[in-house]
Amino acid sequence: MNALWAQTRNEVVLSLRQGEQLLVALGIPILLLVFLSQVDLLPRATDRPVDELAPAMLALAVMSSSMVSLGIGTGFERHYGVLKRLGVTPLGRPRLLGAKVIATFGIEVVQVLSLSLVALLLGWQPRWQPALLLLAVVLGTATFAGLGLLLAGTLSGPANLAACNGLYLVLLLFGGIAVPASELPGPAGAVASSLPTGALVELMRAATTDTQSVGRALIVLAIWAVVSPIAAATTFRWSPST
Amino acid sequence: MPRVEIDRLTMRFGPVTAVDELSLHADAGEVLALLGPNGAGKTTTVEALEGFRTPTSGTVRVAGLDPVTDHDAVMAHLGVMLQSCRLYSAIKPREAVRLFASYYRRPLDPMALLERVGLQQRAGVAWRKLSGGEQQRLALALALVGRPEVVVLDEPTAGLDVEGRLLVRRIVAELRDEGVCVLLTSHELDEVEKLADRVAIIDQGRLRAVGTPADLAAAAHRPELRFRAPASLDRAALAAHLGAAVDQPEPGTFVVAVEPTPATVAQLTSWLAERDIALSGLSTGAASLEDVFLRLTGTSPTMNTDQEDAP
Repeated sequence: MNALWAQTRNEVVLSLRQGEQLLVALGIPILLLVFLSQVDLLPRATDRPVDELAPAMLALAVMSSSMVSLGIGTGFERHYGVLKRLGVTPLGRPRLLGAKVIATFGIEVVQVLSLSLVALLLGWQPRWQPALLLLAVVLGTATFAGLGLLLAGTLSGPANLAACNGLYLVLLLFGGIAVPASELPGPAGAVASSLPTGALVELMRAATTDTQSVGRALIVLAIWAVVSPIAAATTFRWSPST
Repeated sequence: MPRVEIDRLTMRFGPVTAVDELSLHADAGEVLALLGPNGAGKTTTVEALEGFRTPTSGTVRVAGLDPVTDHDAVMAHLGVMLQSCRLYSAIKPREAVRLFASYYRRPLDPMALLERVGLQQRAGVAWRKLSGGEQQRLALALALVGRPEVVVLDEPTAGLDVEGRLLVRRIVAELRDEGVCVLLTSHELDEVEKLADRVAIIDQGRLRAVGTPADLAAAAHRPELRFRAPASLDRAALAAHLGAAVDQPEPGTFVVAVEPTPATVAQLTSWLAERDIALSGLSTGAASLEDVFLRLTGTSPTMNTDQEDAP
């Protein structure tokens, strides 16, 4: 079997084998979507919460697979010397990273399909803009994979675990996902809309409605999507000791 | 052409010189062991061959190639067992060997390989549930799966039970017969004596001696006759009788600097018989690899089982 595909398959199989990965990738976004759309808990701009929540949860799903799953998985592989062992095979870095990227996109496809299905059952009425949706997923993945690998490539395994989960929680609560950036008070709202989560939620909303004005969110996310992978690439150490 | 060439390799980490002007080579079908106490620079040397570290000065070549600049090409020829290496915690041996097989152009059959290392019954068990010895066996299998020309084993028998040690010995012998160049590190003399064709003794980053175990022992051989007798023995009189110096390194142990021929042994025993002195523990001075090692490094190789840490 071709090394790239074997490695991709390995990445997917091993991450599905870990219950907590599935929980983060699918369980939490679906649970939040159902819960927040049924319980009137948070301030909402509309009286149809699912319309607002569905794009936000799509953004959350992208963040959880590309930052949390990828970052924590890679961080432990580095911490325990798995990456070092792979470094003395002909696999090579490009194919290892390629496998991780393909595996992440594969999981995101499953996430988008299942979240959309649940949202539709809850009465969501999206107007798909497929090109914009693809762009949002690609830019979001580049951004959050960069952030996840930035942490994974510089911190020790346990510290990275804490940092990835902590950042996930902070961005979920204050980054424009659980509460829309426009509903956050004053400066907090401005900060949230400049964060990659806020921008990704905006893009996801545009991609599932007939909104045309995505200029600012697109620019913000594009900047993140360039800066964070570069930061990860320049700081990543394949082994904590060498 | 040697499969492994190390030419005046020096590795410095800040003020520490881990490897100092080390030169060694190993050919196809040869097993070379790097023997030395912990911290001698064995792992650092091996990591230069694996392309993890760039030499401060000097060169290393694996299959004629530079492991840093020709990394990918070297990796296709090299099989590696790292010291204390972990794998994906949820991967099963069957999956691991298949995955690694996919990295190489002409891999061994994964299931046959698992059988060869005695893991066929454990092929479906997650890595974290394998015993330490089973994890070592899997690591050995992964080193072999790509049909490498050069195999580097860093402390392959550390933490293995007797059965595991026998397995490593058998596989190393098979590799030698297949014409593979095997380079291994160890601080366990017994293993090295059984595994290696040639031994390089390394201490404080320097090569102290290199040769077959028998050659090294022969070079260190000093003619002597060693015996135990009461400490009151008259050394001067015995020395005069034998025409050689008599030493008493510790009370009751005597060393005579003569070639231990039957004639000198007879001279000694008759001298003792005349004086009715009880003799015990007569031995001749054949040096072992351990003597060589002790003399060169001043440390005992077998006592310490800690793992070597590269700086």
